[in-house]
Amino acid sequence: MGIKILTEHINVPGIETLEVYRKHGGYRSVEKAIKTMTPDEVVEEVKTSGLRGRGGAGFPAGMKWSFLAKPEGVPRYLVCNADESEPGTFKDRVFMEKNPHALVEGMITSSYALGANTSYIYIRGELLFILRILEKAIAEAYAAGLLGKNILGSGYDLDLHVAPGGGAYICGEETALLESLEGKRGNPRNKPPFPAVKGLFQSPTVVNNVETIASVPWIVNNSGAEYAKIGIGRSTGTKLISASGNINRPGVYEIELGVPVEEFIYSDEYCGGIWKGKQLKAVVPGGSSVPILPANLIMKTAAGEDRLMTYESLSDGGFVSGSMLGSGAFIVFDEDQCIVRNTWNYARFYHHESCGQCSPCREGTGWMERVLHRIEHGHGHQQDIDLLVSVAKQIEGNTICPLGDAAAWPVASAIRHFREEFEWHIKHPQEAIAPGAVYRGQLAATTV
Amino acid sequence: MAKITFDGIEVEVEDGTTILQAARKIGGDVVPPAMCFYTPLKGSGGKCRVCLVKVTQGSARDPRPMPKLVASCITPVQDGMVVENTTNEDVLNARKGIVEMLLINHPLDCPVCDQAGECDLQNLSYEHGVSATRYEEPRRTFDKVDLGPYIQLHMTRCILCYRCVYTADQITDKRVHGVLGRGDAAEIGTYIENVIDNDFSGNVIDVCPVGALTDKTWRFKNRVWFTKPMNAHRDCPTCSGKVTLWGRGDTVLRVTARKDEYAEVEEFICNTCRFDKKEMSDWTIEGPRHIDRGSVISANHYELPVVNVPIVPNLPKSTVKKMPTE
Repeated sequence: MGIKILTEHINVPGIETLEVYRKHGGYRSVEKAIKTMTPDEVVEEVKTSGLRGRGGAGFPAGMKWSFLAKPEGVPRYLVCNADESEPGTFKDRVFMEKNPHALVEGMITSSYALGANTSYIYIRGELLFILRILEKAIAEAYAAGLLGKNILGSGYDLDLHVAPGGGAYICGEETALLESLEGKRGNPRNKPPFPAVKGLFQSPTVVNNVETIASVPWIVNNSGAEYAKIGIGRSTGTKLISASGNINRPGVYEIELGVPVEEFIYSDEYCGGIWKGKQLKAVVPGGSSVPILPANLIMKTAAGEDRLMTYESLSDGGFVSGSMLGSGAFIVFDEDQCIVRNTWNYARFYHHESCGQCSPCREGTGWMERVLHRIEHGHGHQQDIDLLVSVAKQIEGNTICPLGDAAAWPVASAIRHFREEFEWHIKHPQEAIAPGAVYRGQLAATTV
Repeated sequence: MAKITFDGIEVEVEDGTTILQAARKIGGDVVPPAMCFYTPLKGSGGKCRVCLVKVTQGSARDPRPMPKLVASCITPVQDGMVVENTTNEDVLNARKGIVEMLLINHPLDCPVCDQAGECDLQNLSYEHGVSATRYEEPRRTFDKVDLGPYIQLHMTRCILCYRCVYTADQITDKRVHGVLGRGDAAEIGTYIENVIDNDFSGNVIDVCPVGALTDKTWRFKNRVWFTKPMNAHRDCPTCSGKVTLWGRGDTVLRVTARKDEYAEVEEFICNTCRFDKKEMSDWTIEGPRHIDRGSVISANHYELPVVNVPIVPNLPKSTVKKMPTE
């Protein structure tokens, strides 16, 4: 049983109220930071902690904070990215729903560190009920003098707003999020300039994931050095994992980074093994946009080492034999799942969510979806597989934002690791379109 | 000032200039194509991705290469930057891929399109495209939309460069059209069919790189390569009155703004000049207009002695791979 930073009190009855939250040590970090520390000291602590962005890219949060431009007379903003919409990811949703004050506390402490006097939580449009929960928590914090003018008599002012999006996946990309927050069409911006220089309303802005911000209070309370002790190497601290798919115990788990993947799947503390005792076929370890890995490669790296739940270990082997931790959406497939169908499903999602601004992604996502649809429905040709690889390559790296890459990686990796299955679909269309039909020929070679 | 090396050619430009503008300063074959970037329009660029180049050295101070291909139209130069365009295989392959993407949903109805002959997409696909398509699904189609008495929108041909949106935003008072929808269902539209009614609305036709926005007073009147372009001006109370007339004999078939070799207008013109003044007597003719846009109209240089004009004037230049010499 590892240490719990984010979910320690999550099941305490009434934790969503200020009173109970404070009873369990809530808002200590606000007092500590505002009364005893300078903003730069807080930034230093976060830097020492090695906390990495939990939204998917894993960029060190302290570094991001220190890049924030600080010109005189220009406001700075902190924006919390709660537009969690990657297929398979539901950690922020659970977290905000159960423990809204933890996010509010993180926002106040982080805003103080960055010198922001106005901060925003940009929440996914579908999560309107959570918006209400957050607004209630914010109102309580205002009433208690933790938000508003002159917080805790320190002279520091902060206004915190919750803004709902319209429910577009693309608005989880930080610059599209800022456009949307400004009331414009959610198209990603061209970079540079980065948000740290010109973000919201042309002012320096930091955009962080919910989980990143919620980890800050613990770091302030217990020091960055303590936080850095948790985890392995450059993957410090704990991470919320949204486990889903064919497992016995799907749900959100807080793990110390460094838990072996095998333990995470089979231990009763976490996923509890594969549903109905079936064989493991494949895992998408970080949300639909990261490469899929077959069972043998998710358990051990190509070099034969045990794969751990860390940023480094999961990406070991690059895209040839590795994947990414991403946002921590751990999707497990058992032997009865069809990879072609799943890949088509992902492609359909990215086709639907592409903003349509830059040409490779706008046209390419639709193209891949149509070809995969054809293969899945028994009308594929042999050259379609190479076509898909080539289209994915044409999109990857050539787009304004990472959505193009996110659309290309699952397709390219599924073909890389499960090519035989695609070929079977094309060669035996009649068998492949039968309900529940799955190719099992490759299973023996990829299981452990 | 920043000194950069572009395809082996050194050029010195102002700080803050984009790579594309630096390449244009060199001119000729090395200039990356651009479908969405338009110098007079602030904020344009970065969308079509055909201007991608490889930065092999970020700057003199930080010589690391940039990890991905970058859009040259929006990336500012740094002193000591080394950029590869036509000399880099990856860039040419990526460009080929993007041209293919631009064309999969394009109707390729050039034989009946008014833009044919001066179409940026036509030039681009001629130089960088492949002869056969790998796309076998149905193409996206839209109905034609009338945007008032002068402009017709044929969305099927659109490549969503956003130029017309920026034009309406920046040179007219009230924009009534924009991008609706998302992904490959995105379209230019006025939401509920609305008239674009503005003195400068006609400029969206000039900035359109393809035949999506066309001049209704010119549609199907003639092909551009049969017309003679000439510089002309008139005293106009709303705009500069400096235009290019496209005529045949004594008839003025079309009036456009004066465009340079990158199809960028020198000055935007008003609707009165563009749509209403179609008589020779309305204009003071200055002389022939030199067109240098790598398209078929360049074959029509009536100021040149005809004997020297080759039958196919512009063979695709990138097919002949040559390193720039001194």
